[in-house]
Amino acid sequence: MDFGALFGSFDNFASFTMGGLVFGAIYALIALGYTMVYGVLQLINFAHSEVFMYGTFAVAWTFVLLHGTGDANWSLGKALPILLVALVAAMLASAAIALVLERVAYRPLINKNAPKLIALISAIGASFALSEAMGLRDRFAKWLGVDDNLANYVSPKKARDVYTNPVTIEPHKLFEVGGYNVTDVDLVIVLAALVMMFALDQFVRRTRFGRGIRAVAQDPESAALMGVNSTRVVQVTFLIGGLMAGVAATLYMMKIGATRQSAGFLLGVKAFTAAVMGGIGNLRGALLGGLVLGVMESWGAAIWGNEWRDVVAFILLVLILLVRPSGLLGEALGKARA
Amino acid sequence: MIRSNKSVRRIVALAGVAALSLTAACGSSDDGDKSSSGGKSDLCGKNIAFLGALTGDAGALGQNMVNGIELALKEYNDKNADCKINLKKFDSQGSPDTAPGLATQIVNDDSIFGLVGPGFSGESLATGKTFFEAGLPSISPSATNVTITQQGWSTWHRVIGNDDAQGKADAKYLTTTAGAKKVFVIDDGQDYSKGLAGTVKTALGSALADSDQISVGQTDMSAAVTKVKASGADAVFYGGYYTEAGLLAKALRQGGFKGTFMSGDGSEDPNFVKVAGAAAAEGAVLSAPAGPAPSGFGATGLYATQAYDATNIFLAAVKDGKSSAKDINDFIGSFTGDGVSGPVAFDDKGDIKESKIYAYFVKGGKLDVDNPTAME
Amino acid sequence: MMAGMGSISARWDRVVDRYNAQPKIVKILWVTLLLVIAYAMPLLRPPIITTNSIDFGTVMFRVIAFALVALGLNIVIGYAGLLDLGYVGFYAVGAYTTAVLTVEHGSWPFFLALPLAIVVTMISGVILGAPTLRVRGDYLAIVTLGFGEIIRISVNNIEWVGAAAGIKNIPHPTGIGAKPEPPFKQGGLFEIPRLEWNGLVPSFDTEHKSAFLAFGSRDAVPYYWLILTVLILVLIGDRLVKASRVGRAWEATREDEDAAELMGVPTFKYKLMAFALGASIGGLSGSFYASSQAGYINPQSFPLLLSMLFVAAVIVGGSGNRWGAIAGGALVAYLPERFRDFADYRLLVFGLALTVLAVWRPEGLLPPRQTRRAKAAEAEIDALEEGDLEETPNV
Repeated sequence: MDFGALFGSFDNFASFTMGGLVFGAIYALIALGYTMVYGVLQLINFAHSEVFMYGTFAVAWTFVLLHGTGDANWSLGKALPILLVALVAAMLASAAIALVLERVAYRPLINKNAPKLIALISAIGASFALSEAMGLRDRFAKWLGVDDNLANYVSPKKARDVYTNPVTIEPHKLFEVGGYNVTDVDLVIVLAALVMMFALDQFVRRTRFGRGIRAVAQDPESAALMGVNSTRVVQVTFLIGGLMAGVAATLYMMKIGATRQSAGFLLGVKAFTAAVMGGIGNLRGALLGGLVLGVMESWGAAIWGNEWRDVVAFILLVLILLVRPSGLLGEALGKARA
Repeated sequence: MIRSNKSVRRIVALAGVAALSLTAACGSSDDGDKSSSGGKSDLCGKNIAFLGALTGDAGALGQNMVNGIELALKEYNDKNADCKINLKKFDSQGSPDTAPGLATQIVNDDSIFGLVGPGFSGESLATGKTFFEAGLPSISPSATNVTITQQGWSTWHRVIGNDDAQGKADAKYLTTTAGAKKVFVIDDGQDYSKGLAGTVKTALGSALADSDQISVGQTDMSAAVTKVKASGADAVFYGGYYTEAGLLAKALRQGGFKGTFMSGDGSEDPNFVKVAGAAAAEGAVLSAPAGPAPSGFGATGLYATQAYDATNIFLAAVKDGKSSAKDINDFIGSFTGDGVSGPVAFDDKGDIKESKIYAYFVKGGKLDVDNPTAME
Repeated sequence: MMAGMGSISARWDRVVDRYNAQPKIVKILWVTLLLVIAYAMPLLRPPIITTNSIDFGTVMFRVIAFALVALGLNIVIGYAGLLDLGYVGFYAVGAYTTAVLTVEHGSWPFFLALPLAIVVTMISGVILGAPTLRVRGDYLAIVTLGFGEIIRISVNNIEWVGAAAGIKNIPHPTGIGAKPEPPFKQGGLFEIPRLEWNGLVPSFDTEHKSAFLAFGSRDAVPYYWLILTVLILVLIGDRLVKASRVGRAWEATREDEDAAELMGVPTFKYKLMAFALGASIGGLSGSFYASSQAGYINPQSFPLLLSMLFVAAVIVGGSGNRWGAIAGGALVAYLPERFRDFADYRLLVFGLALTVLAVWRPEGLLPPRQTRRAKAAEAEIDALEEGDLEETPNV
């Protein structure tokens, strides 16, 4: 145990905190998908991690399509045009996967009024299938006879290997907080998370559709009696979760630049933890949970070493749940005031 | 079930066959003359088994090995049309849980007389007992964990230097050639990585600044970077595989770290450069207990040369007329020759006697696989 | 397509109904026959069922090990209605306790270490359950998931339990008869040949025999016999507990916790009991895993994914029905090995199958009796409401 590593100097303390915040913002955006679906359906959408993973591939593919496979090192400004296209592509890809999930793995069960556990199994199955489908994309391309044309996208024989964005987005230092160089990339990530969160919060609070979502979250049967199309509401919920995952995927690829078919799993578990920590079903809770988790992990890594960061995260979760059984901000998608 | 029993009876019938010329393992010395062997071996038409990951996340490495094995078999079978040896592949996905079932299947299959593999250290440890109790000789092209050869499994061999040799060479390289004063060591917590990083740490002695451990699949390296910078290290050694190595190298450069980045054979892959980005990977040093394949060598990828050499040792045993498990095992034990991966000979534990460690460099945005430097 | 699936499902129900309608003696005969076939399975090696590219005995051992785990998890999920996503943690605790006692820090014989492994796992179940069972059901899922990860990361980092290198040379269980002397003698009292099939024509394979009852590294069949026996014992215990006051308390708690509490059932106590009992069976299975053929465990053998597979096994089989859990466990372990030829597509097909199964038959393959009764009653009410009594299913 080495508290000196964290608290020894302000520089280190600021560095660990800032590093955690940036990743926490990505957790928060993924956590939104879990929280929205849970708020409305009281179901853990286990396959949401794959929704995110497909988004990361969409980003990398967009760059390969518009730039080629040549290795390049661009500043954020230079990459911005392609990045915006990639953002749209990732949001579309993730939203499409989320909608397919809803249609195939959830709606039949919701219609049958099946137990919650079954929906979880259905989602676990879908998660495996989606992840494996990405890992086998070279085979599917081969069946279709397009593996030669699409070699850069499907990586024949190496589809399970890491897949990278050929353009490295070189961060530029804006200012320094403690020893930590706050870069444009970091700033964009944190700001984007805040903006998306705010926009979504307003959407749920102020729009007609948002009211529908809250109504279904509170009491699906009464909502149906009041004329809310609950199937539609569930669809929109998945759609929003998918769009947010697409944003998270773009930010993630900006920062990390590499993905693979298993990239979603660990992040998904973390994001779900963040959602529960903040109070599942609560949008602001997802943001808070994500940031807290990111920072705590970073601090934990500083004190006990990186190998214990996940343990720190989970023990923290248990402690929070014991003291505040419904998360930091309480679970309240339905309770949000208009 | 008792392969060795049966074969012992066979070898009595073949008592006259005793040519012990130690043919070299490389293809060039075969040259199609079968005069050195004392006739057609009992093993004609039988199989060599391969056990390792062919699918799953590490599947690409296993495929490399199979390429090497198939190349060796093809060269042999083209010259010895009357005594073909074939390959049976067993896909463990690199999992120590799946491997024992496959090992049992292999030892119960009487058409298999030797094993190239297992691919990884974990599955080697999980299957070693099974192969030893059944008396099946094996040569691994890639399992480098130090403890495997300390188990007393006399049928187990490897044609690759173990992590100890590499770790010592790496530490020496960092402190002398690269001139580092303080080295920060990171690993990914896996058996292979911890072993390699541990040897480096010990060998560094007082030059070790500090150490940390990340986990496989981790992408947020910011905490590790902060620690490296806080320690004031001028070099980083990473024990692990290329994905995390690339992410770490990238995060280090972007965090302002300017010193040497070095890693071991798990990271010696062109994908390291792809993940890190050409700029961040530039100047990185990756060591591996394997030299580059000779020009014109027909199989590509990490461990292909070792798999090729391992297969050729078995084929040399076949040519030499060996057919009992014990004879094949003794033949392997006393084998000396020059393979495409370097000189091959085993010590009494089954470790390769002489293993050269090479340093590969990232130059001009590419991993230069053709011009490594041999390390001490 | 869906209609076809529906009729298969109905037929399945009819088979179960018909079995349940049999007199007791017939039921016992069926069970005995089933037992004999079960014990002889890895030697009979029936065509089609037998795996061709991986040793069938080893696969059967894994099948039963999974069934045992599913049976334990069924107590937690099926009986008490608690979702445990970190069951692999208990499996790991059982395996590591055994390994630590028999080789790492002691040299106990396996059969002495086994009971202690069960006790340690049970205690770990209580330690985890006591604080966390108070949080609501869905949170329990994520807390247990965290527990599974904490165990895996901890054993990976603590040198005392071998860290990432794992633990090697875990002794095998003590056998009966002569001690095995590798590499030539298997030991045991006598050897049993297995069947070899040429198409549909069986013949004895005298080359490859299984020893009764010696445990070595070359043959998984003796381990299979051992763990199958344990499974049967646990099954009997499970039946007794389920039929007792405890079983009824679990049922009441699962259906409506508040109502149960009002009726004077100390629900927390019973939930904790289910958790600990389930944990101990996971530990039991882990203990057998540690001392099996390979005698080697490492932290990588206990990934989070395994927890998901365990839960899938219980739910697929029919949460709440012990036979369902066993069938689910067996399928989850068996199918990927049987279809190794599709090696690359194994997990894809498995994932798709899980989803299709969940959607097609949400109550699992073999749902518990109450569920089926409830379903039948519901159908009857629906029929009454629609006023066409003629088509009421005959239940």
